[in-house]
Amino acid sequence: MIEINILLVFMIAAALIAVQVKDLLSSVIGIGAVGIGLSMAFLVMKAPDLAIMQLVVEILSLIILIRATIRKDLPFSTSGRWAFNTISTIIFLILFLVFAYLSFANIHTFGNPAIKTSQEYLSHVQGKAANLNIVESIMLRYRAVDTLGEASVLFAVVIGVLAIARRAWRRDGAE
Amino acid sequence: MITYFLCLVLFSIGLFCAVRKRNIIKIIIGIGIMEYAVNLFFILIGYRAQGRSPILARDQAITNIVDPLPQAVALTAIVIGLAVMLMLVALAIRIYERYGTFDITKINRLKE
Amino acid sequence: MNHQSEKGMTFIVKTVTKLTLGFILLYGIYITFNGHDAPGGGFAGGVIVALALVHVMLAFGKEASLKLLSARTLRLFMATAAILFLYGIFKGYPKAIFGNEFILPLSEMIIVSVGLFVIFIALVLVPKSDKRSE
Repeated sequence: MIEINILLVFMIAAALIAVQVKDLLSSVIGIGAVGIGLSMAFLVMKAPDLAIMQLVVEILSLIILIRATIRKDLPFSTSGRWAFNTISTIIFLILFLVFAYLSFANIHTFGNPAIKTSQEYLSHVQGKAANLNIVESIMLRYRAVDTLGEASVLFAVVIGVLAIARRAWRRDGAE
Repeated sequence: MITYFLCLVLFSIGLFCAVRKRNIIKIIIGIGIMEYAVNLFFILIGYRAQGRSPILARDQAITNIVDPLPQAVALTAIVIGLAVMLMLVALAIRIYERYGTFDITKINRLKE
Repeated sequence: MNHQSEKGMTFIVKTVTKLTLGFILLYGIYITFNGHDAPGGGFAGGVIVALALVHVMLAFGKEASLKLLSARTLRLFMATAAILFLYGIFKGYPKAIFGNEFILPLSEMIIVSVGLFVIFIALVLVPKSDKRSE
């Protein structure tokens, strides 16, 4: 599987650009490139549901981030112990990667999954089910309460954003 | 094995951005990159070499299929990630209106 | 920018929006209801419908789109979808004779599209319309 490695290298390059570039708009476009690469990686990994979902979610979050950050300032300062903090963070990340690489010995190699939990779902999905999309079948048939929680998260976000960005709140509460 | 490692490199880039940067929008971007890496790791765990995607034709036997359960879990995780990102952007906009900056080291004063 | 967001964009953008809006909505509904046989589903279709509404609002400005979908209409859609969703959950998917595999994606699509549209309005237009008085 050389395609997924190429896509991952592309995503890492785009993520580095998004992290290190100084212009905020370029940074947002960089994370857009990471999202499109992730969508293609889902498609290569045989997950077309997730590819569609990631593409539309990426477009929406890109629009909102661009509208939020357009024509705003960009502070960049190297005051404080900038070099010390950066070097210690990088040492921490290197340690994290080393221990994560050592822990890979405990999981299966790439491309040979141990399908254990899904076996229960898969044994039920064939007979009485009318769904041909197994992912949607698991989402709506066996994990429907999970979908209910997802919808209630959306309601909570609507209420939260309206409470944060409301006009009357500021007049009464702030001053 | 190198694929898992590259995915973790992507995660650590996001972690570096979220920990080390001072701009709020950069922190949101770092959290987004970490979320992408975790979603991709779910799918990499469930991938089977030369497997088929979990969309069947009618009356077809299930053989040689990729693991559908991590896909269902990641499908929920994408929604939660979008919700978290919207909430963070709303908070960032409010902070910009209140303080006039995105720099987190300048958002340390209490109300005057 | 401020002038643009009040009045909308140019004549070309408005015409193209009028031509393509129906197709985008149709594609969202297709993704929603085809989700149990093909890739897709309620959430992806809902985001596509929300993107169509956002498209209208970016092209025509705030007043025209809120005239098309008033706050009362949005609230009505949201409440109806929530009740439908609870009905679908508590009735149970496998026991449904007819219509439950139709109800759950439909209600999820309405919840997602209306909710994301409301969030977009709140994030983009409300902080722009009132300035700090201090």
